[in-house]
Amino acid sequence: MEFSYFPGCSLKAPGHENNLSLIAFSKAVHVDLIELPDWNCCGSSSAHAIDPTVAALLPQRNLSLAPKGRPLLVACPSCLLRLRQAHLALVRDKEEQAAYEKRWQTPFDPNLEIIHLFELFSRIDLSRYLKNGENRLNGIRFAPYYGCMLARPPDLRFEANYHGLMEKVLARLGAVPLSWGYGARCCGTFLSAAKPDLATSVVNGIVAGAMDVEAECLVTACAMCHLNLELRCTLQKKIPILHFSELLSLAQGTMDPKRWFPKHLVDPRPLLKQRGLL
Amino acid sequence: MIDLDSCDPKLSHDVHRSSRTDLAACLQCKSCGNGCPFVGAMDFTPNQIIRLVQLGMAPQALESATIWICVGCNTCAVNCPMAIDIPAVMDALRHLALESGVTIAEPDILRFHREVLHSVKRYGRTHKLEIMMRYKLRTLDLFSDLGMGLNMLKKRKLDLTPSKINDIHHLDPVFKG
Repeated sequence: MEFSYFPGCSLKAPGHENNLSLIAFSKAVHVDLIELPDWNCCGSSSAHAIDPTVAALLPQRNLSLAPKGRPLLVACPSCLLRLRQAHLALVRDKEEQAAYEKRWQTPFDPNLEIIHLFELFSRIDLSRYLKNGENRLNGIRFAPYYGCMLARPPDLRFEANYHGLMEKVLARLGAVPLSWGYGARCCGTFLSAAKPDLATSVVNGIVAGAMDVEAECLVTACAMCHLNLELRCTLQKKIPILHFSELLSLAQGTMDPKRWFPKHLVDPRPLLKQRGLL
Repeated sequence: MIDLDSCDPKLSHDVHRSSRTDLAACLQCKSCGNGCPFVGAMDFTPNQIIRLVQLGMAPQALESATIWICVGCNTCAVNCPMAIDIPAVMDALRHLALESGVTIAEPDILRFHREVLHSVKRYGRTHKLEIMMRYKLRTLDLFSDLGMGLNMLKKRKLDLTPSKINDIHHLDPVFKG
């Protein structure tokens, strides 16, 4: 199965290990990710914060680059939201569609599907692949962290919700999901750069919340959350933050620990060794 | 005391038009403020901002820190029993604040957003190292986070050279309107 692939800026640099592990996992489950040619930044928080025109047009260019008939898989939840909102705004407005076609010199595709990694699990029967990895994760206790990615603004409220997906999939692979209170707490996004103290207080609350329920690690599906949780935590005792895609690949046996794990600011290797996963 | 004579009814009209959100639906139930992770750093809670807009108290709403502190995580929008798109209201207020030239309560946050867009305009993507260096220069805050930045470079979490798009002129319609 083929997907266009939109990594987004966060996966290009700080979340490199997220990118590598996502590609490795996809390969193992026979999903071909074809990077969207010459993709650009989705505009992130900054465009919609200060310039509505730029915020509307940046995602549009990406939509115009997507080949017809191939779903677009977006690695970053924040980019996903921007791309989906831009697409929906065009679907709803014929005049805007005409302007789009003139602007980008390409027909608008109202049927373009824009999906997150999570949606692979509802589209492809991954159970036979997961079978290979059953119980491979040796009972590692994790706090599932979704951040704001499951929070859908009112215009997307009828879209599918993937709450509980990481728990379900990773439990099948032998990890132990914990119930806790901070799974949907925002990581602070750009405040991590513009107001570090503010981000630190939120991040410390999240990491401490995970340790309160005796989690050995946090698992996240967003590269930006991942960076903020690692970077802005000032607690003396920290726990590793793993990408969902890293644990999937670890269970699949398609990992490349030499390239991924040294990139973490909180080294997960002692924990993974202790659990017999490395 | 609220002096209704000095209130500007145009404010709620402008916010409604630009956010496509009907603020008259607000029940003042405070779910938004109670769930907001950053409410502690705000001068008005989100429901108070909505009230300011309803009353047309433009200077208070547009000069508030709240509209800049809000990161748009949508926690409030999900909690809102009336499905008010509060982050869209915050976007609308920020745009109005910039247009009307009022004092910006959180200039550092605005500077950061401008640096991000500067990078996107130049490369088509964000170059985090350059954004942070320019931001630190402009806020004259050169040394905080220095050790952290070096550690990120060591771990290759920051790229020295930007990832660029090939056809930067293809972005012209975005930045030339």
